[in-house]
Amino acid sequence: MFKHDSIEKNVGLMMVLMMLAISVGGLVEIIPLFFINDTIEKVDGVRPYTPLELRGRDIYVREGCFLCHSQMIRPFRDEQLRYGHYSLAAESQYDHPFQWGSKRTGPDLARVGKKYSNEWQVAHLMDPQSMVPESVMPHYGFLEKTPLDYSDVGDRMAALRLTGVPYSSNQAEYDSNVKQFGEDVAKMLDIRNAQKNLVDQAQNGFGGAPGNYDGDASNITEMDALVAYLQVLGTMVDFKKYDNDQFVKYR
Amino acid sequence: MAAVGTATIEQYNYDIVRKFSIMALFWAVIGMAMGVFIASQLAWPFLNMDPWFTFGRLRPIHTGGVIFGFGGCALFATSYYVVQRTCQTRLFADGLASFTFWGWQLIIVLAASSYVLGYSQGKEYAEMEWPIDLLITVVWVAYIAVFVGTVMKRKQPHIYVANWFYIVFLLAVALLHLGNGLAVPVSLTTMKSYPLFSGAQDAMIQWWYGHNAVGFFLTAAFLGMMYYYVPKQAGRPIYSYRLSIVHFWALSFMYMWAGPHHLHWTALPDWVSTMGATFSIMLLLPSWGGMINGIMTLSGAWDKLRTDPIMRFMIVALSFYGMSTFEGPMMSLKDVNALSHYTDWTVGHVHSGALGWVAMISFGALYHMIPRLWDTKLYSTKLVTVHFWLATIGILLYITAMWISGIMQGLMWRAFDDFGNLQYSFAETVAAMHPFYVMRALGGLVFVSGMLVMAYNCWMTISQGKAAEAGPAPVAA
Repeated sequence: MFKHDSIEKNVGLMMVLMMLAISVGGLVEIIPLFFINDTIEKVDGVRPYTPLELRGRDIYVREGCFLCHSQMIRPFRDEQLRYGHYSLAAESQYDHPFQWGSKRTGPDLARVGKKYSNEWQVAHLMDPQSMVPESVMPHYGFLEKTPLDYSDVGDRMAALRLTGVPYSSNQAEYDSNVKQFGEDVAKMLDIRNAQKNLVDQAQNGFGGAPGNYDGDASNITEMDALVAYLQVLGTMVDFKKYDNDQFVKYR
Repeated sequence: MAAVGTATIEQYNYDIVRKFSIMALFWAVIGMAMGVFIASQLAWPFLNMDPWFTFGRLRPIHTGGVIFGFGGCALFATSYYVVQRTCQTRLFADGLASFTFWGWQLIIVLAASSYVLGYSQGKEYAEMEWPIDLLITVVWVAYIAVFVGTVMKRKQPHIYVANWFYIVFLLAVALLHLGNGLAVPVSLTTMKSYPLFSGAQDAMIQWWYGHNAVGFFLTAAFLGMMYYYVPKQAGRPIYSYRLSIVHFWALSFMYMWAGPHHLHWTALPDWVSTMGATFSIMLLLPSWGGMINGIMTLSGAWDKLRTDPIMRFMIVALSFYGMSTFEGPMMSLKDVNALSHYTDWTVGHVHSGALGWVAMISFGALYHMIPRLWDTKLYSTKLVTVHFWLATIGILLYITAMWISGIMQGLMWRAFDDFGNLQYSFAETVAAMHPFYVMRALGGLVFVSGMLVMAYNCWMTISQGKAAEAGPAPVAA
C-alpha cells in the first residue's frame, strides 16, 4: 500500500506532486477563457485606443488611479442608476492591463466618458476639492504643466500590436482595420502615423469630440492625454442598439 | 558556552539568517510606517504631494514593503534557519545564499524607487516593471536552488513538515510570478511594458496571482514558519501528524482555485466565479486544519500563555488566521460579496490576515530566533509584552474601523429613498467614512509603535550578544 512516508523521503517526488496539485486550478479556470467564444460578448463599437487616448491611459496606470477607482460596473440596480449599463467583457478586450480595480475609494469610472465637460475634468484633476468638497483625491495639477512625451508612442502601439491589439503597421492590416472599424478609426490605429495622429487629436479632437482638452492650445500636455482617455471611457458601445437581455446569455 | 556557540556557527550558516532577520525588522518599520502615512492621506488628503508622493504612487510601496520587504525577509530568514535545523546540515551554497540576500534587497529598493517615479505595470501586488520582474526571477531560482539543495543533503531521511510548506511556497510563487508577469516591453531601453493578456483573461490571471500570493506567500510559507516555531517555543511535538498531511495537500490544491472570488459580478464569466466561490468555501477546512494543529500543539502547556509573551504572539496569530480564513469564505459568497466588494471591508479583511496572522507569527518567530542567532538572551521580555498589547490593540482598532466603514459604505451605495432614487450621492458616502479613516490611521500608528518597541528590543539583544562574543570569558557558563 502507498504510504505518505515515501513522499516525505523523496524531495523530487514531493516537488512533482506539488506541481500537479498547484497547477490544476489555474489550468481549469484560465485556459478555457481563451477558447470559449461566449467569454467576450459580440458587440459593435469597441475599438483600440487612439494614440492620444493610449498615452492618457498610460498616465492613468502610472498614477495608480485603479487603486481607488474601479472600471467595472456590476449588474445591480443601484449601480445602473449611479453609473449606467453594467460593464461588458468586450469593453476591456483591448485593455493591457485590465483596470477593473478592486476598491472604490472614489466612484467607478467605467462610463465616466462624456458625463462631464473637458473643463470640469481639468478643474477636478487640478483641485478635486474645488469641484467635490468631500473628495479625498490627490491634486494632479502637475499634469497640466508636464508636456506629453509622445516620441515613443509608435513603439508603444507596436508593443501592444504584439500582444494582439489590432494596430496596423502595413497596408494589409490597415485595410482590414478599415473593414472592421471604418476609415476614420482605422487611420487613428495606424502605427506609421501615430505621432501625427496624436497631435491632430490633441488639437482638433476626434470622433465629434472637441480637441484641446486642457484648454491651452499652445502645447500638448499630459492633462490633454488623460482627459482624452477619461472622455472615451465607456462610450464606445451604443447600448440603445441592443435589447435589455441581449447580454444576459453571455453571463 | 562559547565553545558551543562556535560549533553551532560552523555547523550552520547563521550569518545569512541574521542579515535577513535584521532586514525583516527594517522593512517592517518602513513598510508599516508607509501604511500609516497613506492611511493618513485618505483621512487628510492635503498630505498628498504631487507628483511623487500621491496615494496612487505610494500605495504599492506600502504593500510591496510589507509583503516582499518584511514578509519576504522574514521568510528568507526563517526558511534558511528551519531548513538547516530540521535537515541538520549547513545551508547549500553560501555564496548563492548571499546573492539571494543582496538581490532581494536590491529588488525592494528598485521597486520602491520605480513606483515613486511612476513606473507601474498596473496590476496589484505585481506593480514591478519588467526589468525588476526579471531580477526577481533570477533571485527566486537561486532561492529554490539553495533551499532544495539543502533539503537534498539532509542528514535525516524524513523531510520535516515545515519544509513541505516552504517548498510549495517556492514553487507556487515561481509559477504565479511567471504567469502573471508575462509582458511585452515597449523597447529594451525603457522600463515600460504592456501585459500580454487583456480584459477578462488578464483579470483572471491577475487574481489567480493575487489570491495565491496571499495563499502561498502569505499563508503556506507562514504555516511552514508556524510548524517549526510553535512546537519549538511550546516545547511540545506538533499536535497531529496525520492532520498536517491532509491539510497540507488540501490547502495546496484548493487555494489555486479561489482567485475568481475577487471578480464576482464582474464581466468574468459566471462559471469561473462560481467555481472560485465553491473552492473558497471548501478552503475553510484545510485552513482550520492548520489552525487547529497549531493551537492544539499547546495542549498540556496552556499555562505558557500566561508566562510567555512569545507564545502569546503565536497563539493569537493562529487565532487571527482562523478568524480571517472564516471571514474570507464568507466574503466569497456572491451575496455577501455584492455588499463587501469595492469597500473597506476587503481592506480590513486583508489586514486581519496580514497584521493578525502574518506579522504576529513572524514576530513570534523572530523573538524566538534572534537570541539564538546571536547566542544570547532576549534583552527584555517585558517589552515583548508591551509590543504584544500594542499590536493587538492596533489591529483591533484597524479592523473594527474597516468593518464599520466598509459595511456602512456598501449599504449607503445601495440605499434607495421612497421614490426609488439613490438615497446618497457618492460624495456623501466618502464624507461618512472620514471618522473611520482617522480611526484606522490611529490603529496603524499603534501597531507601528509596537513595531518600534520590537526593533529597539532586538537591537539591544543583538548588541548584548555581540558584546558577549567580544568579551574575554564565557560568563554565562
